[in-house]
Amino acid sequence: MLTLYGTSFTSRLLLGTAQYPSPESLKLAVEASGAEIVTVSLRRESARARTGQGFWGLIEELGCRVLPNTAGCRTAKEAIATANMARELFGTNWIKLEVIANDDTLQPDLFGLVEAAAILSAEGFQVLPYTTEDLSAAERLVAVGCTVLMPWAAPIGSARGLINREALKTLRAYFPDIPLVIDAGIGTPSHAAEAMEMGYDAVLLNTAIAKAGDPVKMAAAFARAVEAGRLAFEAGLIEPRDMASPSTPVAGTPFFKIDHAS
Amino acid sequence: MKILLNGEAFATDAKTLDELCARLGFAEAKIATAVNGNFVAALKRSSTKLAPADEIEIVAPRQGG
Repeated sequence: MLTLYGTSFTSRLLLGTAQYPSPESLKLAVEASGAEIVTVSLRRESARARTGQGFWGLIEELGCRVLPNTAGCRTAKEAIATANMARELFGTNWIKLEVIANDDTLQPDLFGLVEAAAILSAEGFQVLPYTTEDLSAAERLVAVGCTVLMPWAAPIGSARGLINREALKTLRAYFPDIPLVIDAGIGTPSHAAEAMEMGYDAVLLNTAIAKAGDPVKMAAAFARAVEAGRLAFEAGLIEPRDMASPSTPVAGTPFFKIDHAS
Repeated sequence: MKILLNGEAFATDAKTLDELCARLGFAEAKIATAVNGNFVAALKRSSTKLAPADEIEIVAPRQGG
């Protein structure tokens, strides 16, 4: 079971709700993924279009736990105000905290992130910070009250997979008891499986499913990859080695002569 | 009075944030608000007076990653 801030979930796949070809495909993809947590945002509401009102009806139909984000916020102040609006709007203390440093990489501003996380945690929010694999930032985030960390695999929407495996391994080893969710940069089910095999607790993704040729089928593929990766982690992976090691028993090999072995 | 509503110039004679929301048809809508960068809870909209050049944000649920 995946436990985040005291709530347990069967699925280890968290899904974004953006960029789907249609509301129907979003709904079917969420169902196919088995996700129990979906991310949402808040955006300016037009008095004429009233787009958000219809979207909220769709989200309620999904029956998933909602994780609002602060996507697009550039400062701690913006993120804090957005988190407060999200808390009132969605009726949850959960916040996927994003403070963005750079438009090209959409990388977290770790300084603003820690600043906002400290204030929001003190105000009773349960903060799920979108961070990097940086160990010192992770330590600060835990120190200010985060009990979940969400490091990126690669820049948002880049589909590049785990571009800094060694640092992600270190982060996993350094925080054995903190739920770690890979958030952003996953492109393929094998990327997700790899993260899970490394012992990451869950994967959060959006673009890889929403922009796939068949989002519903891709959602099913990711669900299986995440489950396979987790099972493999729990089963215990063998260590890689440099040289071959025969899997078929050597003893009793036909035509075996002793000089072969010398 | 001229204010900035969701980033655009907007003329209104609404006295409070609550009144502005109602005039925009948001009385029963699922929205959240901020004034000049600070969150204003739904319960405080009626006591939040508007002033010229105030920057108002009115947001609603949307797709997110």
